[in-house]
Amino acid sequence: MELTGAQIVIRCLQEEGVEVVFGYPGGAVLPLYDEIYKANLNHILTRHEQAAAHAADGYARATGRIGVCITTSGPGATNAVTGIANAHMDSVPMVVFTGQVAVGLLGRDSFQEADITGITLPITKHSYLVKDVRDLARIIKEAFYIAGTGRPGPVVIDLPRDISVAKTEFEYPRSVNLRGYRVLKKVNMLQVNQAAKLINEAQKPLLYMGGGVVASNAAAEIRALVEKACLPVTSTLMGLGGFPGDHRLFLGMLGMHGTRSANYAVCECDCLIAVGARFDDRVTGLLDCFAPNAQVVHIDIDAAEIGKNVGVTVPIVGDVKMVMEQLIPKIEASSGRPEWLAMIDDWKRRYPLSYEQGNEVIKPQFVIETISEVSKGEAYITTEVGQHQMWTAQYFQFKHPRTMITSGGLGTMGFGFPAALGVQLGKPDALVFGIAGDGSFQMNSQELATAVAYNLPINIAILNNGYLGMVRQWQQMFWGGRYSHTTLRDVSPDFVKLAEAYGATGIRVSRPDEVRPAIERAIATPGPVILDFQVDPEENVYPMVPPGASLQNMLGGCELE
Amino acid sequence: MKRRTLSVLVHNSPGVLNRVAGLFSRRGYNIESLNVGMTDNPELSCLTILVDADPASIEQVTKQLHKLIDVIKISDITEEATVDRELVLFKVRADSPIRAEIMQIASIFRARIVDFGRRSLIIEVTGDHQKINAIEQSLKPFGIMEMIRTGVISMVRGKS
Repeated sequence: MELTGAQIVIRCLQEEGVEVVFGYPGGAVLPLYDEIYKANLNHILTRHEQAAAHAADGYARATGRIGVCITTSGPGATNAVTGIANAHMDSVPMVVFTGQVAVGLLGRDSFQEADITGITLPITKHSYLVKDVRDLARIIKEAFYIAGTGRPGPVVIDLPRDISVAKTEFEYPRSVNLRGYRVLKKVNMLQVNQAAKLINEAQKPLLYMGGGVVASNAAAEIRALVEKACLPVTSTLMGLGGFPGDHRLFLGMLGMHGTRSANYAVCECDCLIAVGARFDDRVTGLLDCFAPNAQVVHIDIDAAEIGKNVGVTVPIVGDVKMVMEQLIPKIEASSGRPEWLAMIDDWKRRYPLSYEQGNEVIKPQFVIETISEVSKGEAYITTEVGQHQMWTAQYFQFKHPRTMITSGGLGTMGFGFPAALGVQLGKPDALVFGIAGDGSFQMNSQELATAVAYNLPINIAILNNGYLGMVRQWQQMFWGGRYSHTTLRDVSPDFVKLAEAYGATGIRVSRPDEVRPAIERAIATPGPVILDFQVDPEENVYPMVPPGASLQNMLGGCELE
Repeated sequence: MKRRTLSVLVHNSPGVLNRVAGLFSRRGYNIESLNVGMTDNPELSCLTILVDADPASIEQVTKQLHKLIDVIKISDITEEATVDRELVLFKVRADSPIRAEIMQIASIFRARIVDFGRRSLIIEVTGDHQKINAIEQSLKPFGIMEMIRTGVISMVRGKS
């Protein structure tokens, strides 16, 4: 039977088992939205295309499935650009359908025309401009395959209006045939053996894990390796949750706002096993001084990551889970290197993360710690970007992979709230907390409408300090205390009233003793809740590696006597 | 820094040149010349890219290129025995007293006169980098009015 392009899109989404799509209609996608209406597809209408992309991203991270979003042409598509870039930097599988003007109008500066495949070229894993309806089913099949395999990433399908209404015979391809795209199915055993030898012989080994562990669903394998070899573990921001935060071998996050014990361990280790991580500048600090004594084993699915920033002794290209299955049997069981573990335990004891909670002013760290305690670490957490994000990484004890949902690479303010919508839709029974700053929250606060419309029981905890806190912290520390345009408190909305204006629940929390009851009340309240925590305005994130310094040179996080 | 020659086989899809060229500029590598042409298979094109970079950078750019879905094969043929050819057109000032001399130079380089104007000649020459540079030096004193180079294409000798 002949189907229109729009009907083909719907059929393909059904074939791919897509449960939910996020989007925003417009002129160029009218034919598609008409079919969405007829097919009763589970479509979530956000209030901005950027939010649709972030929601699809959050959905994908929490569920491990492919996120799908739809925008119209021109401004609809360009609004999604930040969301696409965000997914690209954090390797999140997404398929983005953008409307486009009719093929005959392309290149004529037509109304609502934007060259979105051109604009998104550097921030997509791949992209398609559909010019013949007969290619559409194949393209969608390929797009889902490319987005979800190998190192995942976003794929854009630009769909001109006339292609949506053109007809062709529909047949969904069973397989893809891409000469230039191969998914690795085998691991180089020679390199696995070399890595095993290095690990077995190391006196001071350290495992440094990143988001690849989460993306590869390899948390159980990592734990098996760590416990067999008795390896101390540190994680990047993206890896949090991939290893239990309360495990005795866990050192917490490394890098700019990592723990002293993690960063000292990096400086001291003689064998660094990097797993699904990419040696980002926020992790390494001054590159020349990073892990100076270590031989490096680097396991990553993307060959281009190996040797990109740091020289590697043993490279292993492959999916983390697949590599672990080969590597673990070759690792000798160890009860630990007592001197090394004693050194680490000593750092942990001397330099714990700390803050002082008084009776009057709420410390932001206290809010995070309380959410962690009340939820017993079982909540899904999304964050925006800034101080609250770092405190979340430091003070929330993540237990499970895919529960820390944060914009790691791009650092997108405005990500966390719409991402929380996607998480809750993907995990309807889960407890979802969005941790936000007052600045970040205002970047996508219009999504309160979406949260209320679909009655999503998300809890947004705004750590309201009246500043763009992280920038203010840098201004205080490195720019002579000149708070150039980082003060928001002069004009800030009343977040409680804002929530109520949309039909959500708002709770203001001003005193430390109100923190726990407010969190418990929010959890018990149906529908979306905004918690406005009035926190200490000039609290800083410590410890900190100053920009451009080595991990050895940390500020703050003072030594306990 | 050394000049490397990459031969890149790509799927002949719209925007593929954009993807490849964009990757070079984005990652900060300078393309000295880039040539795109059809191959014996109409679905595939061959790019010959000359780039100035150290070996580590070449390795990185090669790996990044491999990630492009439309890139099928990349060969660094710098160290291989290759045939390298470039085509260049020179428009040279040539008033009648010096025409014979210019034509003589052309014939030494086995170049061809492809346009015979009243005050100028267009000379077509093919060859490798050295030969092109040599003829350019020889013609310079007469006054080169215009020059266009195609960029190099390369093919590995022998094998299959």
